Amino acid sequence: MSDLYREQILDHYQNPRNYGTLDHPDRSFEDSNPLCGDRIRIDLKIADDRIVDIRFSGRGCAISQASASILTELVKGKSLDEVRELGAQDLLDELGVPISPARRKCALLSLKVLKAAAYGLNEWPS
Amino acid sequence: MTASKPVQLDVARIRADFPIFQRTVRDGKPLVYLDSAATSQKPVSVIEALAGFYRTSNANIHRGIYELSEEASIRYEEARARVARFIGAARSEEIVFVRNTTEAINMVARTWGASRLRAGDVVVTTVLEHHSNIVPWHQLAAERGIVVRFVDIDDTGRLRLDQLETFLRNEPVKLVAVTHVSNALGTINPVREIARLAHEAGALLLIDGAQSVPHLPIDVRELSIDFLAFSGHKMLGPFGIGVLWARYELLSALPPFLGGGGMIRTVTTEGFTPGDVPARFEAGTPSVADAVALGAAVEYLEAIGLAAIRQHEVSLLDYALPRLAEIPGIRLYGPVGADRAGVISFTLGDIHPHDVAAILDTHGVAVRAGHHCTQPLMRRLGVTATTRASFYLYNWEADVDRLVAALREACRVFGVAG
Ligand SMILES: Cc1ncc(COP(=O)(O)O)c(C=O)c1O
Repeated sequence: MSDLYREQILDHYQNPRNYGTLDHPDRSFEDSNPLCGDRIRIDLKIADDRIVDIRFSGRGCAISQASASILTELVKGKSLDEVRELGAQDLLDELGVPISPARRKCALLSLKVLKAAAYGLNEWPS
Repeated sequence: MTASKPVQLDVARIRADFPIFQRTVRDGKPLVYLDSAATSQKPVSVIEALAGFYRTSNANIHRGIYELSEEASIRYEEARARVARFIGAARSEEIVFVRNTTEAINMVARTWGASRLRAGDVVVTTVLEHHSNIVPWHQLAAERGIVVRFVDIDDTGRLRLDQLETFLRNEPVKLVAVTHVSNALGTINPVREIARLAHEAGALLLIDGAQSVPHLPIDVRELSIDFLAFSGHKMLGPFGIGVLWARYELLSALPPFLGGGGMIRTVTTEGFTPGDVPARFEAGTPSVADAVALGAAVEYLEAIGLAAIRQHEVSLLDYALPRLAEIPGIRLYGPVGADRAGVISFTLGDIHPHDVAAILDTHGVAVRAGHHCTQPLMRRLGVTATTRASFYLYNWEADVDRLVAALREACRVFGVAG
């Protein structure tokens, strides 16, 4: 079986956590990856500079969608400062599968969208 | 002379000519290369022609009065003559060397289009086109107010010629710009019929031959077309060399494209007079070695025979299509019949095409996934992307078997059932 599509990735892809939208999000952002057409939206509820609730929605390849699902679990309850500290490698480590250069943007789209939503930094995470 | 049935290709011998098949991919798996619609692999004769030029004949052309430069010029012009014969051109001056199909189409837009088209004139293209046969016309629309019309396809992926006829009847159509073979669906368009319709309405016909010249016998005079664009790298040649063909009289009446060295007759401080065809369209130092290597590619293709290559791809299609159709959740796009080239686009359940391609890759199977630079077509089909396998003379049934096995594995991984 393929390294890329380990059980964890498929599980998050097929049963995404925190999937959907929030009724009155404090912040929200949506973006796409023009190469694959992956699309992700993230809604945030924020209290005391902390992410108290998060939802993502979107469509695209398994890597992009599983990564978004994993990211929502990772940051729920975290402070915005902690989110600021989160780098590309942190998310790639969470995914736990080898991501080739061609799929890097698929894997990192959710983090890009999160950072844009949380504090307006709209660029590819490093 | 009786038309004899083309002989079967000796694929094992052909593969031995392509050094790339000696390597493995993804930890020792043999390479199953099913992406020739993007670019073809290269036989050793082409690689040697390219390296050999630099090794023994390298000099700039048309300038030096010394043996090497003369030799380089002769080899460049020999390549031009060979390409001309290959597509049935009346004379070799009708071959303009460019970088690729994209540049050839842009050259038509910038020379013929910019000198012949007025606001309100119509260029008809189709939803099947690669972006390279859409965007240059959109650019002229934005700059000069021409109108771009799109012929739709029917549900089998064939062009709606009735729509083309309606455009030709009711609008001031000056050019029909259409692909010979769709790079996404494999549809082979009826070029002879389209030429007749266009010419009856007084329009010219540009054919994007990127996917046809490498795979089908082409005779520009017999097809009665006006402009033909194609790329060397999809027909066993190197990157960086392509061709625009047009009739000599048509080319002679066109203004130059880029200005600079090589394309002029005289230059003074007051102005310049353009040079003859084709030099007029080849400003600056051309890709001499790449042109020479393209000549070697044509030589290789001619030795095998385009009719035999086409026949081989038809039998691969006949082998592949029913086997693919049995895979649970697969949806195959494109027409089935004699007007189908060796290109197979499909989707697999609701698995994203990039995930399909990534799983195939782990099995050493190289295919393309995405919109194939045909976004209007993807929208027309109601998909964001497809996975595409495409054949050439070095593919064989074993490649199809590996593709099918890997797709079944993708179904298992993603739990797609029939
Ligand atoms: C039908 C068609 N037209 C045009 C092109 C563009 O060719 P190039 O990128 O070599 O200019 C392609 C290449 O994919 C093609 O398939």
